[in-house]
Amino acid sequence: MDTMNQTAEAVRFDLGQTTVRELNQYLHHELADSGARHIQVANPNGQHNIAVGVDAPVSVDIQGHAGYFVGGMNKQAHITVHGNVGWSVGENIMSGSIRVKGNASECVAASGHGGLVVIEGDASSRCGISMKGCDIVVGGSVGHMSAFMAQAGTLVVCGDADPGLGDSLYEAVIYVRGSIHGLGADAQEEPMSNDDYAKVADLLERAGFDYDLQEFKRVASARSLYHWNADHHQEY
Amino acid sequence: MCGIVGLLLKNPALNDSLGKLVTPMLESMSERGPDSAGLAVFADRDQGEKYSLFAQDADFDWDALERGLDEALVPTPRIESQGRYGRLYLSVEPDTLRHWLAEHFPELHVLSAGHFMDIYKDAGHPAAIAQRYGFTGLSGSHAIGHTRMATESAITPAHAHPFTAGQDFCLVHNGSLSNPYKIRRSLERKGIHFETDNDTEAACRFLEWRLRDGDSLEDALAQGFSVLDGFYTLLMGTQDKLALVRDPFACKPAVVAETDDYVAIGSEYRALANLPGVKEAMLFEPKPEEIYSWTR
Repeated sequence: MDTMNQTAEAVRFDLGQTTVRELNQYLHHELADSGARHIQVANPNGQHNIAVGVDAPVSVDIQGHAGYFVGGMNKQAHITVHGNVGWSVGENIMSGSIRVKGNASECVAASGHGGLVVIEGDASSRCGISMKGCDIVVGGSVGHMSAFMAQAGTLVVCGDADPGLGDSLYEAVIYVRGSIHGLGADAQEEPMSNDDYAKVADLLERAGFDYDLQEFKRVASARSLYHWNADHHQEY
Repeated sequence: MCGIVGLLLKNPALNDSLGKLVTPMLESMSERGPDSAGLAVFADRDQGEKYSLFAQDADFDWDALERGLDEALVPTPRIESQGRYGRLYLSVEPDTLRHWLAEHFPELHVLSAGHFMDIYKDAGHPAAIAQRYGFTGLSGSHAIGHTRMATESAITPAHAHPFTAGQDFCLVHNGSLSNPYKIRRSLERKGIHFETDNDTEAACRFLEWRLRDGDSLEDALAQGFSVLDGFYTLLMGTQDKLALVRDPFACKPAVVAETDDYVAIGSEYRALANLPGVKEAMLFEPKPEEIYSWTR
């Protein structure tokens, strides 16, 4: 640990000098009693599992590109990645927030239960796969099969969505501002209600984006897959 | 899981540094593939007919091979050897050499044939293999590397990637194919010979068959999308090109960094993180079922 001042509120780790394991052990076991409120992480260089499993009301700033699972299982913490992230940023996030200044690879906030994940750039395939209550706002576009089997929560896409959007969707709701290049099985476009506009406005404000609400379309489950139907002959 | 890396230099002034640049990329993917590794390196000019050879025995007598070739096939063959690896310069048809070797030196395996490409591959930790064959000292215009975590066939030097077929063509693969035997049977009926039971060899020989039949690399890959079933990120090299595809579900990762000096490909950003100028590079993730190719 490269501590600027052991008693200070800010603690800095250089992942060129220390391991991700040392960083995470500090975050899990020493942070609570340290009084630190702000953690800086330098030289992430695409390493995996950075700041996984944090359960404290701190801010974590990661100065560069992070690898897989950054901020996984996050509770309470507010994590900012000043770069791109690999697969499964915020996997199983419970609360708090994660902001990615660049682009994200696949499976953003996979099976996330709560909290907010903001991707300022594009997100790749399967963004929000199996999400269970978290909110995701993507400033750019999302890749194919985003919100696959998403159960609860909201995905807001300010750009376009690649094919297979919302395939086998449960009760999560998707809002897309740009073009939808193809809906997945059982996903359908629906009219926007006042509640929908309020929801999008709230999430855009929290994410720091400013777009005309009238441009957003709502995609939700047609619920035709909820019960097995012998007459479908496995064709949906 | 496996790791793939590729580097194509746009700036010829870097050609002497190709090995120095690509070796850390390969080693950084050791966690994705700790059991075997390989590297294909393409020269920036025609070096005449040459072969990469791999000996089963560490104490193989390369002088005996040189004498045998000199007497039986072509006078004054040139061999550069390094332990089990040998590079043979010899003006003879690949099939002629293969048949002669099978008869006289069956313990030798032909890793590659061509005018531009050398292939090194072995079982063991990628860093140990890089050191064994002096990867950092290699030069050329482009290279493809692979670190293997075997999931479907044995761990041997022959099962390591890159795979090659024909001349100056090689392929590395992250993923697994579900129909390699079907592809293999259809190719074997056309007289195409297989050397291992590895699924990647089926993809490699299918694409090389299409290229030999006159398809462009892009046309061959477009056919590959309909024939290959399974998970794959494939990175291929020819004498002047690198090409990259991901399966229709993009099940296996890839990230690309492009600058004025190079195009670099890795399974993960970690493979690219230490390249010069990567912080200013254009970074992107290839889309599923799209063909990406770069010419030197």
